[in-house]
Amino acid sequence: MSGALLNLSGVSLAFAGNTVLQNVDFQVAEGAVVSLIGPNGAGKTSLFNCITGFYKPQSGAITFDGHELLKLRPHRVTASGIARTFQNVRLFREMTVMQNVMSGMHSRTRSGAIAAILRLPSQRAEEAAIRDYCEGCLRFVGVGPEEYDRIATTLAYGHQRRVEIARALATQPKLLLLDEPAAGLNAGEKQDLIALIRRIRDERGISVLLIEHDTGLVMQVSERISVLDHGAMIAEGTAKQIQSNPKVIEAYLGQEDAEAELDF
Amino acid sequence: MSVFDIISHQLVNGLVLGSFYALVALGYTMIFGVIKLLNFAHGDLYMVGGFLGFLSLSAVASVVGSDWPGIFIAMFLSMIAVGCIGVVIERVAYHPMLAAPRLSILITALAVSLVLQNTVLSLTGGQYTAFKTDLGFGGINLGSLFISYNQMVLVATSGVLMIALHLFVTRTQFGRAMRAVSIDMDMSQLLGINVPVIIAVTFFIGSALAAAAGTMAGAYYGSIWYFMGFLIGLKAFTAAVIGGIGSIPGAMLGGLILGLLEAFGTQIPFIGSEWKDVFSFAVLILVLVLKPTGLLGKSEQERM
Repeated sequence: MSGALLNLSGVSLAFAGNTVLQNVDFQVAEGAVVSLIGPNGAGKTSLFNCITGFYKPQSGAITFDGHELLKLRPHRVTASGIARTFQNVRLFREMTVMQNVMSGMHSRTRSGAIAAILRLPSQRAEEAAIRDYCEGCLRFVGVGPEEYDRIATTLAYGHQRRVEIARALATQPKLLLLDEPAAGLNAGEKQDLIALIRRIRDERGISVLLIEHDTGLVMQVSERISVLDHGAMIAEGTAKQIQSNPKVIEAYLGQEDAEAELDF
Repeated sequence: MSVFDIISHQLVNGLVLGSFYALVALGYTMIFGVIKLLNFAHGDLYMVGGFLGFLSLSAVASVVGSDWPGIFIAMFLSMIAVGCIGVVIERVAYHPMLAAPRLSILITALAVSLVLQNTVLSLTGGQYTAFKTDLGFGGINLGSLFISYNQMVLVATSGVLMIALHLFVTRTQFGRAMRAVSIDMDMSQLLGINVPVIIAVTFFIGSALAAAAGTMAGAYYGSIWYFMGFLIGLKAFTAAVIGGIGSIPGAMLGGLILGLLEAFGTQIPFIGSEWKDVFSFAVLILVLVLKPTGLLGKSEQERM
């Protein structure tokens, strides 16, 4: 599938002899919502870290939108159009909601340090444009103006997650990686999240790749699902195909987490 | 002299001293913020700033004179030069050590300090160099209190530099990126922030502020020597810790507080001015005991 937005081929990663990913082939098509599932320790987050340039796989290739990602440093990966969020929300402590989101615009701004020090008119204008754009991102995820100047980490947990997504959107990505976005959310918040993920794709044209344990959410929101187990891709397909795949059932049952199987 | 005279006189002295401490402490705290390094060579950048300010003034004095306009030009040139030296030090000495244990990079900083001191020592022969200026002795009298114009210019210049820094850090994309890097370096990279560039800019600004203080101190006290950075480095470190290391407003506050405490410390009965260093380090110990994170420092909060 050479037309894929994101394409991993033969990616293998090991730490001190322990295999984390073995020969992983994986694609995300342009405009798709794809989920990556698998038992704990399967290597899902490691796969994200390879994509964003924090881990360097020993072999394989990762291409994204015409870029060879493995040759890029992490901040260039972001500039090429990939953004991510974390399992545990990683907002900047001590910064306000607005400052957090504005920090996501760094690779999209031009004014250099000199213009910033001198506070040239062009820099002020850009600063205002950045703020406008970030307000748009916050509005999009449903965070209101009354929360812009609050210290981000004092917000309710569900709202912190939204701010984190807004900050990722501020980097103007083509692909958004969400690492367990539903963790710690209640049922209502999960429904809101599903709607938000759909709007991110439909209204902003951003492809979404998510790691998620909540199988119900995964089944509802994703068009394609890939299953990772012990660092190897064991299945790929639609929700229906995955539900009836014996390898998948075995992977989850073998891990004494029978509940996961019941959810299917 | 009345008690009021002593108080107001020491207030002015303390502000001058505090301005120097604050400018140097800012660099300490900013560098600690981005790479968690106590840059023990920072006081020596203040010293190098004094010397380069002196050389710059010698070069421009014939054109603009060596009163405040000349000193400002010299200070500006010295800030640029020392800023660049700071960036080179970071690239050559600290950058390769970033992944190493903290202790290794701390020892590297001590080595950089020795290299700077000994370079200037061998160039000057360890002699005091007279920092000649045409600064006048004028001033204004407020009652019995005399404030020299030099003191006013010095405190005002420091204030302007600090306000500029504050605006830069709080109102610009670069400043935000700097704070982002100091809070979470990995996350910053994921937001497209070029971390090595931010670190370089931080070293440039921190070193330039030390150079500004060094040039002004040289001009104000009238002499410079290779060892002048040692004690102020320790004092600025103390000021940064008192204010809360990593906090920019904290460094400003810590510097001013330390300057004022030292000035007033000389007036305590039975304790002569030779005890003022003991006094300021005793204050450091007191703050560390009562509020280990410093006055404006935030405690690390672990999330459940």
